[in-house]
Amino acid sequence: MSFRARHLLGIEHLAPDAITEILDLAERYVDFNRRTVKQSDALAGMTQINMFFENSTRTQASFELAGKRLGADVMNMAMAQSSVKKGETLIDTALTLNAMHPDLLVVRHGASGAVNLLAEKVNCAVLNAGDGRHEHPTQALLDALTIRRAKGRIQRLTVAICGDIQHSRVARSNLLLLGKMENRVRLIGPPTLMPSGVAEFGCEVFDDMKAGLQGADVVMMLRLQKERMDGGFIPSEREYFHRYGLDAEKLSHAKEDAIVMHPGPMNRGVEIDGTIADDINRSVIQEQVEMGVAVRMACMDLLARNLRAERGAKASEVME
Amino acid sequence: MIYLTNARLIDPEALTETHGSILIDGGVIAAIDGDAPEGAEVIDCGGKYLAPGIVDLGVQVGEPGARHKESVRSAGLAAAAGGVTTIIARPDTDPALDTPEMLEFVTRRARDASPVRIRHMAALTKGREGREMTEIGFLLDAGAVAFTDGDHVCTHTKVLNRAFTYARSLGALVIGHPQEPGLSKGAAVTKGKFASLRGLPDVHPMAERMGFDRDMALVEMTGVRYHADQITCARTLPALERAKANGLDVTAGISIHHLTLNEMDVGDYRTFFKVTPPLRSEDDRVAMIDAVAAGTIDIICSMHTPQDEESKRLPFEDAASGAVGLETLLPAAMRLYHAGGLTLPQLFRAMSLNPAKRLGLPQGRLAEGAPADLVLFDPDAPFVLDRFALRSKSKNTPFDGQRMEGRVLATFVAGMRVFDAGL
Repeated sequence: MSFRARHLLGIEHLAPDAITEILDLAERYVDFNRRTVKQSDALAGMTQINMFFENSTRTQASFELAGKRLGADVMNMAMAQSSVKKGETLIDTALTLNAMHPDLLVVRHGASGAVNLLAEKVNCAVLNAGDGRHEHPTQALLDALTIRRAKGRIQRLTVAICGDIQHSRVARSNLLLLGKMENRVRLIGPPTLMPSGVAEFGCEVFDDMKAGLQGADVVMMLRLQKERMDGGFIPSEREYFHRYGLDAEKLSHAKEDAIVMHPGPMNRGVEIDGTIADDINRSVIQEQVEMGVAVRMACMDLLARNLRAERGAKASEVME
Repeated sequence: MIYLTNARLIDPEALTETHGSILIDGGVIAAIDGDAPEGAEVIDCGGKYLAPGIVDLGVQVGEPGARHKESVRSAGLAAAAGGVTTIIARPDTDPALDTPEMLEFVTRRARDASPVRIRHMAALTKGREGREMTEIGFLLDAGAVAFTDGDHVCTHTKVLNRAFTYARSLGALVIGHPQEPGLSKGAAVTKGKFASLRGLPDVHPMAERMGFDRDMALVEMTGVRYHADQITCARTLPALERAKANGLDVTAGISIHHLTLNEMDVGDYRTFFKVTPPLRSEDDRVAMIDAVAAGTIDIICSMHTPQDEESKRLPFEDAASGAVGLETLLPAAMRLYHAGGLTLPQLFRAMSLNPAKRLGLPQGRLAEGAPADLVLFDPDAPFVLDRFALRSKSKNTPFDGQRMEGRVLATFVAGMRVFDAGL
């Protein structure tokens, strides 16, 4: 087995064969999820707590469904409305939950590195569901699975990631994963939304959409958050759509069979034209949602195996 | 009378290192390389190094307001153990040190509780808020050695212009924090690949130069004596050199952390490496060492900033900034010596002589008649730093668990032994 870590905090520390292992297992869960009866006991008896310090409907639902299909007891905690508001620190929250003996913590937090910090303080497995602008590993993995299924491989492809790169953890995790799997990555966006030093990651940076999309196999659009639209980073929503919104004309510069992806939720008419998003020949956006559940099941399954192996090893030490 | 013999004497004025002896009498250096007079306590230094004690420009002592982080007593003990014989305390206390009455109070506290000398800087503007200047004249009379708002950058240039003009008329030294706050607000790390990888709010090094350029314009307008607390980026150096060449009365400092660590040390969000300004690139770090060697940067300090555990056990961008340094300044500085970047006389020129000179203090020299504020140390003694062994109340050092070389063997203030490692 290649993926042996206690936690899944990011793509940064994943080896290429660990990524392949996760994708292969996820592939099996895709078929599993299409059955009428979809109930596994991979996580039977285990407790999964979803801690979302940032509001999220889609990701949380995906993790909840993944856990339930694996037989775990799943509890959702909407941290945005809880004791955190009463001044409890992140570490105290973690220790409190840790005392309830969960086996798997799925955490989303608004600050980069917050999930790493939390993982240091608990005995269970921690799965990063997005921390600040840092990483969102399961999103990158589900994107990889979607690409692999559509293109037949996840190597030697030209992938264009477009939009608000700077504030995007999805972009960072994807950049790392696609790089590890030896793809050509292009980042396209207005310079005000491009992080510094990204060229050193071994990708190409464009501020012109047409040039950047030239010959791309995959076009990955990112969500532009409302609060960044007016004047701060870009002049206006309509100017953004004109220069960086994906429409048929801009897409025509990519390869003829290029697929279009979006992590959701979409702003139609801001970063993507509605007709492109709905074009079943190009858009794999719905497929991404499906892959999301399968990839999360694979990750949690592997983390649970590692946790059992670790606890087993500890128990046998005690026996000796 | 104490007669210290068989020592390597570091003279930061002459930039020499010689074998010799020192006689301490009446709190001052009575003789160098003389004979031991009758009745003197003779200490054989065993060939170890004797240098003027460190004058640490920019130490945060938690009194008033944050005694749980660092008291006058704990700071003084930490300083003594670190070879710091004069603490130059920052006014970023709570409330800010901005009245002569408060200055008299903390001066008295220092005299009662600290084994080493403590001199205070006062705020330049009331409450460090950048709106009204403090009573610079009264504060000078009460013993303030310099005026600074710490890392609060005054954006109201008219206020600053008047404060500088007024300070100039009294010959007071002002200390600025070169930083363009509009750019650096909220930043936790320096802009670049590392910041992007970690997804942390960042600031371009240019923010430092913009702040420095603005301050230089004001210095040129007003003629005030000015010291930049920390110059940490290679991009700022040409502006600093130009200011000095143009005859402005300007000096610059840097913290030991910016000379020995770089941005990559933050690693996986280690908050003990969060300092202000943030750690820079390796290129910057190396350029700064050269600048200290060349004398472009005049002063090395610890920027001692105690923080309790709670304020550091937070996500990186929310965590408090700053690191303790009184006890680690000397061993960390020895890294620069062992790496060949700086000689021992150069280091003590930057840590002892220059700060004393800049503040008009008689310390920092190894000369007959100078105060007998001395540090005896072994630059080669290895140890692994344990943060819980620090004398500071706060243990937020970035050097925890690291291998260090260089230990203080004894510290003398006005001829009194205030620290003794058991020679």
